[in-house]
Amino acid sequence: MLLLSIGLAVFAGRYPAPYWMPPRLLLEDTLAQRLVLNLRLPRILVATLLGMSLAGAGTVMQMIFHNPLVEPGFLGVSQGAAFGAALSIVALNASGVGIQLAAAFFGCLGLALSVLLATRIRYGGWTLRLVLAGIAVSALFAAGVGMLKYVADPLTQLPELVFWMLGALWGVTWHEALSILPVTVLALAWLWLMRWRLNLLALDDATALSLGTAPARERLALLAASVAATAVVVAVAGVVAWVGLIVPHLARRLLGADARYALPGALLLGGAFTVLCDSVARAALSGEIPLGILTSLIGAVAFSVLMMARQP
Amino acid sequence: MITLSGIRFSYDGREQTLFKDLSLEIPAGSMTAILGPNGAGKSTLLHLVLGLLKPHAGTIRLDQRRRHSYSRRELGRLVGMVSQTDVIPFSFTVLEYVLLGRAPYLNVLALPGEEDVRIAEWALERLGLTDMARRTTDTLSGGEQQLVLLARALAQQPRILLLDEPTAHLDLGNKGRVLRIMEQMVADGVTAVFTTHEPDLVAAAADYVVLMRAGQTLAAGALADVFTSENLSRTYDVPVTVAHVDGRRVVLS
Repeated sequence: MLLLSIGLAVFAGRYPAPYWMPPRLLLEDTLAQRLVLNLRLPRILVATLLGMSLAGAGTVMQMIFHNPLVEPGFLGVSQGAAFGAALSIVALNASGVGIQLAAAFFGCLGLALSVLLATRIRYGGWTLRLVLAGIAVSALFAAGVGMLKYVADPLTQLPELVFWMLGALWGVTWHEALSILPVTVLALAWLWLMRWRLNLLALDDATALSLGTAPARERLALLAASVAATAVVVAVAGVVAWVGLIVPHLARRLLGADARYALPGALLLGGAFTVLCDSVARAALSGEIPLGILTSLIGAVAFSVLMMARQP
Repeated sequence: MITLSGIRFSYDGREQTLFKDLSLEIPAGSMTAILGPNGAGKSTLLHLVLGLLKPHAGTIRLDQRRRHSYSRRELGRLVGMVSQTDVIPFSFTVLEYVLLGRAPYLNVLALPGEEDVRIAEWALERLGLTDMARRTTDTLSGGEQQLVLLARALAQQPRILLLDEPTAHLDLGNKGRVLRIMEQMVADGVTAVFTTHEPDLVAAAADYVVLMRAGQTLAAGALADVFTSENLSRTYDVPVTVAHVDGRRVVLS
């Protein structure tokens, strides 16, 4: 399915005519070749990594926090990244790499603050403390983003800020694609290798411990990998909603709860879903539709239909 | 054998020390009941033995070795736990869930193999759950879920099994099934330690009893020696009579 969506994405677009490029053009037209090689392929690669990272991180977090409503931005990462991007746009008039660096830095800072706060909260178990800390830190950064929106120049800064926060892969280059490749591939490989272990870490602390795991340490290692992958893809693509929330549900619905199957399923499904959404984002209208709008729209509809359908 | 000596423990943020100087020996191969009212420290005691909680002072030995000298995997092979808060998250199939009991025998990155599946299926068969293997856990009744938790512990093949209120919320039929399985495991050489606040359950199942109240052991010993009207009255702070009916102990309060 992922390969099929990547194949379709290569030919979807607005050259030479809206929606679709005939495959034979790739052999005959040098402009088409350059377009695919320099614009579409890096974009497809980033979309694939973005979808896989968000869906993989979502699966890990939902299982570790025993909560199917959790998504990768949960521990202050998305709101931290959004704040970093907003700050760089409004305070520094930054663009491109500047926004990405600020987003990655503040995304990681969001996580660090969440973990630090969780260690200081004197209430509940580790999972509950992390959840509470994540909510508090996210709210803090969300307030900061709101403030920056309020003071942003409505003609120049605010549109860029809004566009980034809706998520988009417009103008992604090979340089950006290759820069996020090492972190995402390593993090996703780690999640994949730990997929059966993840089942154990979804159990309560006493049971997980009795089965020979070190629950706190192993959960933290998986969370760190999930957040690292999320932070780097969010830094390039902006805040892309819903993928990390619904794709894990879809994968579990199709393949069952055992993460041996659900996690690889979520990775492939997340990649395919994001690549398809991004293809629609750039091919449907003459202007670019922000990716986050499409993932929310298509994801919410597909999710509702699937949830209403009979259990297989 | 499980040996606790000089254990001192209090929860973070609580001024009151739960265990001040707790010492206890639980014989190997026994079916030991830890009986006491709510808040006596029964679950805390199991969590200390398991290593989920760390005592502020004192030592815990399992089979003569200090608990902290075991690696996590060694402990996983030695001690199994069926926890009171053990809910089965998400909709695993019964076989997938029971297979998790094989984790202490696998490397961190390994997947369960054919031998592990065979042992998990053996555990299901032993509990009469073979027909349920492909069912998802969210379709099980409370009693069936408790049996599945036990099947996971059985697949773990531990030498010590800790059970926190194993029959709470179960009807009479399921309570009997759970007790029979625990008795079978003890007959196979497992040391079973269960907490309960139901004296009748202790009378029906245990051969060794620890009576606890407010973090202190009031009495510990063989059922016949410890399970008396006087000791139970002290434990619950209400008059309790242990009567003998048809050769069985019955608790009247």
